[in-house]
Amino acid sequence: MAEKKEKEALFSPKNMKLITNPLFIDNPITKQVLGICSALAVTVKLEPAIVMALSVTVVTGFGSLIISMLRNSIPNRIRIIVQLVVIAALVILVDQVLKAFSYEVSKQLSVFVGLIITNCIVMGRFEAFAMANKPWPSLLDGIGNGFGYGWILIVVALFRELFGSGTVLGVKLIPDAFYEMGYVNNGLVILPPMALFAVGIIIWIQRARNRSMIED
Amino acid sequence: MQELVNIFVKSIFMDNMVFAYFLGMCSYLAVSKTVKTSVGLGAAVVFIQIITVPLNYLIDKYLLAAGALSWLGPEYASVDLSFLSFIMFIAIIASLVQIVEMVVEKFSPALYASLGIFLPLIAVNCAILGGSLFMQQREYQSVAEATSFGLGSGIGWALAIIAIAAIREKMRYSHIPAPLRGLGITFIITGLMGMAFMTFMGIKL
Repeated sequence: MAEKKEKEALFSPKNMKLITNPLFIDNPITKQVLGICSALAVTVKLEPAIVMALSVTVVTGFGSLIISMLRNSIPNRIRIIVQLVVIAALVILVDQVLKAFSYEVSKQLSVFVGLIITNCIVMGRFEAFAMANKPWPSLLDGIGNGFGYGWILIVVALFRELFGSGTVLGVKLIPDAFYEMGYVNNGLVILPPMALFAVGIIIWIQRARNRSMIED
Repeated sequence: MQELVNIFVKSIFMDNMVFAYFLGMCSYLAVSKTVKTSVGLGAAVVFIQIITVPLNYLIDKYLLAAGALSWLGPEYASVDLSFLSFIMFIAIIASLVQIVEMVVEKFSPALYASLGIFLPLIAVNCAILGGSLFMQQREYQSVAEATSFGLGSGIGWALAIIAIAAIREKMRYSHIPAPLRGLGITFIITGLMGMAFMTFMGIKL
């Protein structure tokens, strides 16, 4: 956050839009339908979800920056391979950092760190934005989309951890008195289908509030 | 033999790529509007999966895993290149998809036209890379086991996308609350289907 303040001068209203649009109106998950796979799989607990959100933001942000700097020298025919190499290199970096500094979370995320490579948000933003724009807006666009993806992840994970295990970030929130009165953690919330329901409901609420997003 | 059948059935039903691991959701949601295109995409995924999983298995076993290079000589036995597996797997997948795209364009222009932009998107279909990464993580013992897993996971994915496409075709005639139309209801139906698939859990052959 502190880093953002220093660069304040670069945040013209147009550039700000690049960050705020993907949060709601043009959200990668609920509007662009990108990056769903990992969004659902890592949301059983809050901690891996936060780590995942940060990793994806780093990869989309810096990936967009790199691709945008290279955009004039990439031959059109082989652009997909070039993009994949850039993403894969960044993901390997993220993976090695995670393994070194938070091994437990990296174990929980298992193959899903590797799957950031095929996370369509990254590719989708490269194709749609970074290939046609200057480096600085591309970086902002990448970070904005990473955040847009991240907040949905965090909301779903919060919901699932609170109702599924009665904890938030491993801290017990639901008091013992509740359990004594017969409260039981909802086992269904931990199982995969519930993530789909949760995202479905977020989409429902979002579109009900913002009618322009409704599909026919 | 029984082990192979076991892996095959398990990867279709119990460990279904879509319902248990949410892999390949992007194309699953985007292409499932009609049954016809989803059959095409399902077939393409099965095909790519049968080739890439065993190929990546061999690469992992003889090039990347810890001590895999020992066939070059004893001095290479301590080399561990497994951190390269992401980039290696995705390179294999991307180049294979390119080849398949050319073959399909040559021999079946109709299918090519209907698959359109989704064929290149198979390269970034997480089910494909996920298949290879799961293969690496679960440490299958032989090429045959890896092939059987590749085939099973591909068929499981195809089954899921064809089923949801059929449901979505029927759903066009039903009354759905406007904000839920399209994406929202598809998520919820996938969740319901996932619950149905969970009943396969714990079945042993």
